[in-house]
Amino acid sequence: MEPFRSVRGGGVRAWLAAAEASLLRNLVGQIMTLVEPGASDPQSGNPPSGNPPSGNPRSGNPRPDDLDALEAMLYPPGAAQAPEDPVLARLLPDAYSDDPEAAGEFRKYTEPALRSAKYEVAKQLLDTLPEAGGRIQLSNDEALAWLKALNDVRLALGVRLGVTEEFEQEWAKLKPDDPQWTAYEVYAWLGAVQESLVQALA
Amino acid sequence: MSTAPAEVDLPRSADKPVSDRPWVTIVWNDPVNLMSYVTYVFQHVFGYPKKKATKLMLDVHHKGKAVVAAGAREAMEHNVEVLHGYGLWATVRQDT
Repeated sequence: MEPFRSVRGGGVRAWLAAAEASLLRNLVGQIMTLVEPGASDPQSGNPPSGNPPSGNPRSGNPRPDDLDALEAMLYPPGAAQAPEDPVLARLLPDAYSDDPEAAGEFRKYTEPALRSAKYEVAKQLLDTLPEAGGRIQLSNDEALAWLKALNDVRLALGVRLGVTEEFEQEWAKLKPDDPQWTAYEVYAWLGAVQESLVQALA
Repeated sequence: MSTAPAEVDLPRSADKPVSDRPWVTIVWNDPVNLMSYVTYVFQHVFGYPKKKATKLMLDVHHKGKAVVAAGAREAMEHNVEVLHGYGLWATVRQDT
């Protein structure tokens, strides 16, 4: 990897080896499968959408039914429950920490759009990642999509590994033949890629 | 979370009627998001100068959470939607 650098006149560039590009493609593809609108929560088996719009006003925030119906046409309401899969729950967190009812209402109306947004940035990353690696050249908009998509991959991997802020020490304690060692290495590498991209945009 | 959430300094508004209390956007610490990235997001999403964005990021990091914006409920909900798009762990609540 050659880290991201800003380009005179706008945008950023970097260079990835073929194996790095292939790894990134694989990980980002997994996120797309996970967040794809209409995809089911792998642990509950319940599809997130499918409930007909009830048209009931959001609690404490009355609004006409026809506005709800219009919104439902654009984004059919999703599930009101947080996903059971801890990775999905981290990618699509509750918006209210102390009010389950408000959290459920908010989720019903916003989760489908959030899934779409995450799917789109992941797709934008894949669209601008050369199949065989090599030079990567991004506009500022594309770089922003990369930032978000890289972050989603790191969140997913971080949750699966159960990383804490003592990540470096946890990694150092593992033996290189530990099955998790490579995952930690990938996690650290993704962090370095993202860090260079933030610095290039700052 | 590797640090216990700390109480955030909020303007005293407990004496105001509930309907007058502002809503706030809270960002919570998490072990994955890079400090540089969180600062960048605060600058980019809220238009905060780097100094303010950095201070808020450090508050999140050291205290476990920080209030990053206050105002109308709809605006705070919008903030949370945007921040979730960036992968930050954000919530809304009415000031107490």
